[in-house]
Amino acid sequence: MAEIRVENLRKAFGTFEAVKGSTFTVADGEFCCLLGPSGCGKTTTLRMIAGLELPTEGRIVLGGEDVTFKRASERDIAMVFQLFALYPHMSVRKNIAYPLANVGTPKGEIVRRVEEAARILQITHLLERSVSGLSGGDRQRVALGRSIVREPKAFMMDEPLGALDSEFREVMCRELRALHNRLKATTVYVTHDQLEAMAMADKIAVMNKGAIEQYAAPQEIYDRPATLFVADFIGSPAMNLIEFSGPLAAGAQEVALPNGGQRIPELREPAGSQPYLMGVRPEHVQLAEEGPVRGEIFGIEYLGTTQIVTIKTDVGTVRARMSSDVRVSEREKVTLRLAPEKLSIFERDSGRALRSALNDRAGGGRG
Amino acid sequence: MAEVVLKGLCKRFKDVEAVRDLSLSIRDGEFVVLLGPTGAGKTTTLRLIAGLETVDTGSVCIGGNDMTKAPPAERDVAFVFQQYSLYPHLSVFDNLAFPLRSPLRPAPDEEVKARVTEIARLLHIDDKLGDWATRLSGGQMQRVALGRALVRRPAIFLMDEPLSSLDAKLRGELRLELKHIQQDLGSTILYVTHDQIEAMTMANRIGVMDKGRLVQVGTPREIYEDPCSTYVAARLGSPTINLLPRTYFEALAAPSGTATVGFRTEHLDIRKALNGGQSARVAWIEHLGDRNHLHIDLGGKDIAVLADPAAGLAVGDAVEIELKRPLFFDATGSRIPS
Repeated sequence: MAEIRVENLRKAFGTFEAVKGSTFTVADGEFCCLLGPSGCGKTTTLRMIAGLELPTEGRIVLGGEDVTFKRASERDIAMVFQLFALYPHMSVRKNIAYPLANVGTPKGEIVRRVEEAARILQITHLLERSVSGLSGGDRQRVALGRSIVREPKAFMMDEPLGALDSEFREVMCRELRALHNRLKATTVYVTHDQLEAMAMADKIAVMNKGAIEQYAAPQEIYDRPATLFVADFIGSPAMNLIEFSGPLAAGAQEVALPNGGQRIPELREPAGSQPYLMGVRPEHVQLAEEGPVRGEIFGIEYLGTTQIVTIKTDVGTVRARMSSDVRVSEREKVTLRLAPEKLSIFERDSGRALRSALNDRAGGGRG
Repeated sequence: MAEVVLKGLCKRFKDVEAVRDLSLSIRDGEFVVLLGPTGAGKTTTLRLIAGLETVDTGSVCIGGNDMTKAPPAERDVAFVFQQYSLYPHLSVFDNLAFPLRSPLRPAPDEEVKARVTEIARLLHIDDKLGDWATRLSGGQMQRVALGRALVRRPAIFLMDEPLSSLDAKLRGELRLELKHIQQDLGSTILYVTHDQIEAMTMANRIGVMDKGRLVQVGTPREIYEDPCSTYVAARLGSPTINLLPRTYFEALAAPSGTATVGFRTEHLDIRKALNGGQSARVAWIEHLGDRNHLHIDLGGKDIAVLADPAAGLAVGDAVEIELKRPLFFDATGSRIPS
């Protein structure tokens, strides 16, 4: 049992409010990502859960026990940092055993647990080697091993892959998730990289300026962003945002764009003040004979399977993702069709997504 | 602008052969990207062309002139580094104008003004010309750094990961802009990166480097669809191409000598197995929003497959797979034509 419950967690450094009243629950065995740009409060949140930082207000409950003001060492949480510091003069085995030897664990128990950790991480063959000669990936595995042997209730990871180059990061992402699938330990993982979060997490908390903007499964966040910030932060290239003016009432199913009407998922609530933004993912923009947006192709970026086509239109720059088999050329005049059932509508000033038929399919709106 | 021809370039640093027998012609107005991991010899190649390192053997020809032994200042190249360093005490205008006012070849004031204004407009910093360079955001500073190179009209621009210090979003924007500016000005660029997306999206041709050697040169599409080795195949494409031993596909017709079968994630048909007895099983699904990556456990090997989010497969499902456009490689990793 190691559910993590965070209730109204707040942290102020002087007059600066780093975390503004966060509430979320990480279920037992879940992999949760705290995602956001630097300065959004994600690391501070993680440090409070780990006990490295005391909250100004709020409660942290770990496995049913209130640990808000307990020392880090009493929380049974393992922390994995970005820069993994190993003891260079020790073997892999000694490095992994260190946290156990340190608290006087019996010898037989240490051997058993180190070998179990090494087996899980597939570094058994390296146990007697010195860590100084290891590759970056193996060093990372040893650092993970040192956390695993403690058999903690939960793992806290602060951008553990941040220092790796992109190619290797992809490999480690898969490996970390596969490891999680084997251990099923509750994990909180901090990153600013949305692809990392999408690839690994069961749930993502998207943070901005100290507040959680949305807390949901990756696909939910991608398909139904709750705010403009989330819409813009998740997805590469980002969601296209097309500004338009109302009026927009509950039940509306169409809005006016310069070159015609655009059907939208039926609105389930009245809209606040104008103007509004229509959010459409690049893969939901298609070239068509007829459509409400016209423009000229500005750039084509070949990506192998797909290509990103950038179009300058009368409603701003629009990016479309389509198969590389579609033949397009620069300066070509095109008409765009936007997949109506996938559109999100936002109030520009509040940044909030309006509830619509899009949310019905999710079994109720979230965030 | 001019053609740049490298012939048999070699450069050794003590025990390390940084560049080995590298030959490459960069045509006038062409955008060529050297792609490879850290230590492949990309930056050394740029520095050899610029004259910042001396060539052991081989030659560097710029615009028909042999420049192998010429000092950097005579080579007529402009270098853009990864870390931009602007003059903090100068305005954006003066930073951009700096190379044009060099005592070696000063340009008339009129021309300086026209040139700086044009480049600033192309880079969308024309409203910042009066600002102090230090007042700019990171993205704007990198634009100024690019601009400071672009105001000149050298034979070739040499760019060493100029976008890598920017965040993903800015990088995406500048990528497209840089490509446009290059086309508008007709510039010749040799660009070095380890980022496959930059290489694929900007290059007319990509040169893939491995341990000092140029192993394949071609258009992005040629390199992606027709790689000459497993090494090149794994450089492009995300997720990485699946490379499995031949023995996993007994039923597949393959040329003799095939040791490894490669297939990109999109070149795989996958469906639920109708009857049991299959060794392939869905191990894990990555939801990347616009697409899913299915990780399939095939007899203990992990293979990645691109799948439509609506495909309706779940973790644990037994599946049948069929390769659509397999690539064949021999025991050394070289491609066998099929």
